[in-house]
Amino acid sequence: MINNLKILIHQGKQYIPDVTTVEIPGVFRGLPIISNEKVDENTLEEICPTKAITTNPVQLDLGKCTFCGACAIAFPKKIRFTKTYKIASNSREGLVVKEGLETPIVLNPEIIRKEISDYFSGSLKLRQVCAGGDGSCELELGACSNVNFDMGRYGIEFVPSPRHADGIVITGPITKSMAEPLQICYDAMPEPKIIILAGTDAISGGIFSGSPALDRSFLETHKIDLYVPGNPIHPLTFINGVLELIRKRK
Amino acid sequence: MKAIAIKNNQPIPFDTIPTLEYSQFLEFNTSLLQDENHHCVNYYGIAIQDKVKLICCIANDKDALFHVSSSLVPRQTPIESFTQHHLAFEKFEREIYENFGVPIRNHPWLKPVRFAFNQTNKNNTIANYPFFNIESEELHQVGVGPIHAGIIEPGHFRFICNGEQILHLEIQLGYQHRGIETLFLQKKKLIERHTLAENISGDSVVGHTTTFANLWEVLCNVKTDVESHFARTLALELERIAIHTGDLSGMCTDVGYQLGSAVYGRLRTPIINFFQQWCGNRMAKSLIRAGFSNFPITEELGEKLKKVLDAFEPDFDEICKETFSAPTVLGRFEKTGIVTNAVGKSIGLVGMAARMTNINRDIRTSHPYNLYPNLSHQPILKHHGDAYSRARIKYREVKQSIAYIKTLLNAIPAENTNKIVLPKPTPNTFVLSMVEGWRGEICHCAITDAQGELVHYKIKDPSFHNWLAMALAVRNNEISDFPISNKSFNLSYAGHDL
Repeated sequence: MINNLKILIHQGKQYIPDVTTVEIPGVFRGLPIISNEKVDENTLEEICPTKAITTNPVQLDLGKCTFCGACAIAFPKKIRFTKTYKIASNSREGLVVKEGLETPIVLNPEIIRKEISDYFSGSLKLRQVCAGGDGSCELELGACSNVNFDMGRYGIEFVPSPRHADGIVITGPITKSMAEPLQICYDAMPEPKIIILAGTDAISGGIFSGSPALDRSFLETHKIDLYVPGNPIHPLTFINGVLELIRKRK
Repeated sequence: MKAIAIKNNQPIPFDTIPTLEYSQFLEFNTSLLQDENHHCVNYYGIAIQDKVKLICCIANDKDALFHVSSSLVPRQTPIESFTQHHLAFEKFEREIYENFGVPIRNHPWLKPVRFAFNQTNKNNTIANYPFFNIESEELHQVGVGPIHAGIIEPGHFRFICNGEQILHLEIQLGYQHRGIETLFLQKKKLIERHTLAENISGDSVVGHTTTFANLWEVLCNVKTDVESHFARTLALELERIAIHTGDLSGMCTDVGYQLGSAVYGRLRTPIINFFQQWCGNRMAKSLIRAGFSNFPITEELGEKLKKVLDAFEPDFDEICKETFSAPTVLGRFEKTGIVTNAVGKSIGLVGMAARMTNINRDIRTSHPYNLYPNLSHQPILKHHGDAYSRARIKYREVKQSIAYIKTLLNAIPAENTNKIVLPKPTPNTFVLSMVEGWRGEICHCAITDAQGELVHYKIKDPSFHNWLAMALAVRNNEISDFPISNKSFNLSYAGHDL
C-alpha cells in the first residue's frame, strides 16, 4: 500500500489543466499559413505525396495532407506550419487553406445539427471503427482518454458497443472488407447519431486514395459531422474539435 | 550452386539467383530448416507471364547470410508443399495459393490469408468464409470481431469453447487490406513510397521506414551517411521503449491493475512527445528519409532526450517493481498463453515472441545493420513462453534500449548538410533488407527491371509469422484470459494485411 502511494506521489501532476489553450512543445505541424510569395508552383505541387496542394491560387487541403512538411522544407517562405492544433472542421471545404489568408479553422455553427447541442453537450459516447487505419490514429484516440489528455473530464468517452454510442469515429481509408461491418455498426447505433472522420486516411483516403482495395461508398451516403485532420490526428486536435462540435450553437 | 548467399542490404543482379527445378528447390530449402540456425524470412511468388517465380529467402543466423533461391512453376500444375516438411512455411504457401492459384499438395489447410483485391479467386470474400467447425453438443462458438470492443484494428477471432475453456481459436484477417504492395509499384515518387512505408503499420513507423530507407539507398548505390545510421538506430530503440511501455499499460488494463495501466500509459507520453520535438510527429512519421534527413539530432536535442530518459527510468523501475510483485498481476500473467520452445521453433516464431520462449532470434545480433554492429547487442531471452515472460521481456528490453540510447548519445554525429539527390535504382537488381523492429523482424525485398524501375516490392511484417502463435497459445486457456494473451503479443493487423 505504502509503495502504491509512493508511486502515485512520484507521478506528480500529469494532466493538462486546460486542453483548449495549452501550447504544444517543440516542433509541431498544425495549421499551415501560405504566403503570397511567388514560387515555382509546379515544383511545389509535385512535392506533395498526396496531391493536397493545388495551384492558381495555391491551396492546401488538410483533408489530404499527411503533415510531412516536405512543402514547407522546400519552400519555407511560401508555406509555414504553425503550432495551431485546432484544425478540425465540420465542412470538407473548411479544411482547405488558401494562399494569403491567415484565418483560423473553426466550425460553422450554421451546419451543426440542433440535436447535437441538445443531447450531447454534456455527455458524448463514441464508438470507434478502424477501417484500414494503420494503428496510429487508433493509438492517438486511445491517448485522448489517458491521464494526460483526460478527455473523460468533458463527458466524452469511447464505449465498446455501438448500442451505447452517440457517434462513430472512423479511421482508415475504408477497405472493401470493412465497408459492410462499418455499415452494420453504424446501423446498430440509436438515433440521433453523429459521424466523425479522424485522420487523413479516413477523410480523403490519404496515400491510399484510388487503391482498388478500398470501398468508400459509406461516405457518399452519410452526412459527416466532423473532420479531424492529421496523420495521425493529435489528441488535442480531436478533443478540441469534438468540444467545439458539441458546445457551439447557432 | 543451389542458392546465392547474400548479406543484409547487399544488392545482387536478379539473374544471379539460381533457378532450380521445383523438386530440388523444395528439397534444398526444407533441408536448410533442419538446422536450427536457419529460419525462413520470406517466401513469395512473382507472376512472370503465365508462370510464377517462387523466391525463397532463408536466413543463416550464425553466419549473417541469407540463402536466396528460386523456381519457376506453371500456375496449374500441382506442387508439393514445403509445409509438410516444416510448418514455418505454412502461411507463405497459403499466400502463394491465394495470389496465384498454384495448387499446393499436402498442405494442411490452404485457408485464405487476407482476401487480397488481386487474389485469383475473386468470389472469395470474408463474408462467405466457412470457419472451422466441430460438431458437438458440448461445444459452443464465440465470434469476436471484426470490430473489437477497444480502439484497435479489425480482425475476426472465432473460438470453439468447452464451457469457459478455449479448445480452438481460428483467426481470420484481411479486413485491413489496402493493397500496399501494388501501390509501391504504382506510386513512383520517392516521397510517395516513404509515405506508404510509414503507413504499413502505425506502431512500427520507424521499423518499416528504416527498412525501406536502408533498402532504397543500397538499391540506388548510395552510401548511407553516419548521421542517418545514427538517427535510425536511435529512433528504432525509442520506438521499442514507447510501444513496450504502452503494451505493459494495456496488459495491466486487461488484468484490472489500474495503477499500472495509468502509470505505464503516462510514461509512454514523454517518449512519443520526444519524437514530436524531434520531427513534429508523435509516431515519428516524416522522420526517416532515404538519402537525407530533414530533422538532424542536435546536441541540444540529445540533452533533452537524456533528461527525458533520466526522468523516465526511476518511475519506470518503480512501477515495474510493484507490477511484478503484485499477486493480482502475477496470478493472471503466469502460465497464461504459453507457447513452448518446440512449438515456437516449428512455426517459425520471430522477434520478441520468439525470445520469450528461449529462441535466440534477433536481427540486431544475427544480421546487424545501421549502428548495431557497434552496440554488440545481446538478445534477452526468457524460458517459459507465457504472458509473464512476454511482460518481462518488454521490461528488460526497455531497460536495454535506454542503455543503448545513452551510449549512442555520447557520440552524436555532426549534421550532414550535404543533401544528395538519389540517382535511379540500379537496373535488374534484387535487395533484401531486414530490421529488428520492436515486434520482431521486418523484411522488405525489392526487384528492379532493365530500366531501374521497381517491378516487385515484398513486405513482411513480423506479425505474418506470429499470428499463429497466438491461436496456439490460448488453447486450454480460459476465454477470459484471451485479452491478456492478445495484448502481450500485440500483433499488427495492418502490417499483416498490407
